[in-house]
Amino acid sequence: MEPLMALAIGLLYATAIYMMLRRSIVKLVIGLMLLSNAANLLIFTSAGMTRGAPPLIPEGALAPAGQVADPLPQALVLTAIVIAFGVLAFAVVLIRRAYEIVKADDLDKMKDTDT
Amino acid sequence: MRPEVALPVIIPLLCGAVSLLFWRSRPMQRFIAVAGTLALLVVGLWLITSVSREGYVVIHMGSWQAPYGISLVADMLSAIMILLTGIIGLGLAIYSLASTSTQHEKFGFYPLMHLLLAGVAGAFLTGDIFNLYVWFEVMLVASFALLILGGEKAQMEGAIKYVTLNLLASVIFLTAIGLVYGMVGTLNMADIGQRLAEAENQGMVEVLAIMFMIAFGIKAAAFPLFFWLPASYHTPAVAVSALFAGLLTKVGVYSLFRVFTLMFDQTMPYVQDILLWGAAFTMVTGVLGAAAQYEFRRILSFHIVSQIGYMILGLALFTPLALAGGIFAVMHNIIVKTNLFLISGITNRLQGTYQLKKMGGLFKERPWLSVAFFLSAFSLAGIPPLSGFFAKFVIVRAGIEAEAYVVTAVALAVGLMTLYSMVKIWNEVFWKSLPEDNLVPESSTPSGDEGRLVKSSLGLMYLPVAILALFAVLIGVFAQPLMEMMLMAGEQLMDPQGYMDAVLGEERTVLLRDALEVSP
Repeated sequence: MEPLMALAIGLLYATAIYMMLRRSIVKLVIGLMLLSNAANLLIFTSAGMTRGAPPLIPEGALAPAGQVADPLPQALVLTAIVIAFGVLAFAVVLIRRAYEIVKADDLDKMKDTDT
Repeated sequence: MRPEVALPVIIPLLCGAVSLLFWRSRPMQRFIAVAGTLALLVVGLWLITSVSREGYVVIHMGSWQAPYGISLVADMLSAIMILLTGIIGLGLAIYSLASTSTQHEKFGFYPLMHLLLAGVAGAFLTGDIFNLYVWFEVMLVASFALLILGGEKAQMEGAIKYVTLNLLASVIFLTAIGLVYGMVGTLNMADIGQRLAEAENQGMVEVLAIMFMIAFGIKAAAFPLFFWLPASYHTPAVAVSALFAGLLTKVGVYSLFRVFTLMFDQTMPYVQDILLWGAAFTMVTGVLGAAAQYEFRRILSFHIVSQIGYMILGLALFTPLALAGGIFAVMHNIIVKTNLFLISGITNRLQGTYQLKKMGGLFKERPWLSVAFFLSAFSLAGIPPLSGFFAKFVIVRAGIEAEAYVVTAVALAVGLMTLYSMVKIWNEVFWKSLPEDNLVPESSTPSGDEGRLVKSSLGLMYLPVAILALFAVLIGVFAQPLMEMMLMAGEQLMDPQGYMDAVLGEERTVLLRDALEVSP
């Protein structure tokens, strides 16, 4: 499973960076979305993909019985998904406003602040 | 229970929430802004007295022992940064009472400011690497919204670059966190430091170190990753510019200091050269970029980049003295750079422009403002009795002791170039007479009731400028006691074992995933 996931993650990173290098701001945001998804999958995979029961401790015991899945990376991914969702919602609104104000969706035409 | 470690985060979060409840009441929001930042300053002083007495102050959130729960850790570096956050927060809150337009206030300037301060304070205090990422995002989201308040064309263009590159940095940071967790199975920075030192695959540790360096390098605006900064920092309202200039990039620098002294100190022989030359190029490109500019805030933005070079140089030399000098530079720069941005806001109010060519004659008109600019600008350039001199002096001395002669020479030359830029602003804005084609906006010379209103609001803008300019002098005068604090911070950073013992206790901890019998 891990090699397959590694390939998929690498492909996602590559696609994301390709999209971010395009001139259209819509593709830029799509690139950002893919990038955050790639990072989430990477956390999930690098922390070890194991089949295991949910890490619940039975009543009265001090440790879970049998093999359980590591809950921490799932918590990390969940947090990262929520953060990425909020930030991307902002980015989508931003490119819409930018398009209305600058009247261009081409990044090469947005260089007034660079000179 | 040590409330002073948690309060710097809780106070701004609470103030932000309460300000949101008073969404329609501007006077209330303004009151909370000043009261909240004042409270933050007081807690900052409390924290720094505790830390200088005990060395480290640690609390574990929800009483989950490290490394399982999230710890908040204050060492000397964190305490200094929190105190500076309080100073800048209060100064900015007072300044924005006068400078922020009603429209910006209605769109939530004050709640966002509190949120930004909460993110900054959280990043300075947390002892958990993933929590650091969360605080970075809190800070970023608040800064995104502040950056586009007003919605002008330049702001939109600047914001797209700012948002893209900062999100890219966040993703690199997140990726690195994922890989670190995969390697060592813990997120507590002290615990990571211990386990990475013993890791078998030291090549992977070096790769991770570089990933963190790139992520924080983008956030700190180091060469060659700084392009978002001069493209965006001059576009928002001036109080926002000043807040960003004072605090945001410094959070990146702080993270570099923290990560490379605590987690990756064994990779230092490998990354030292990269940091060293990165610092040199950051200093040079920043100062050269500034030399070509004729817009007040753009010159200052490029100088932020250049000054970041000094701080990274302090880290790259990697001796207690150099780290102390780097922290001194951070302190001096936060105060002086914020003040210069605040002054640019006042001159814009007086003359209606940021273009140096169109300004002039302020020395005759506003001698005290000129004095405040003079003190801040010459402090930035490192002229002796002022604060910048001692920062530069300590770093240069540490550089010579470490026999890094080329980079040290670069640091000295860049000081001279900084002086050139500052003299340029001085000549154009304060010394030469006002060009005839400048139509000074009417608000600067009104009469009657309106005139009194403008005068009182200008008074509110002068107050933080005067105090921060005074700080620039006082830091220079009391350099010795301050330097002792910085040296304590530098020695703490060079001795990560103290931090680890304070957070984890003496005993070796068991990984959560080992305790749960998770096979990796």
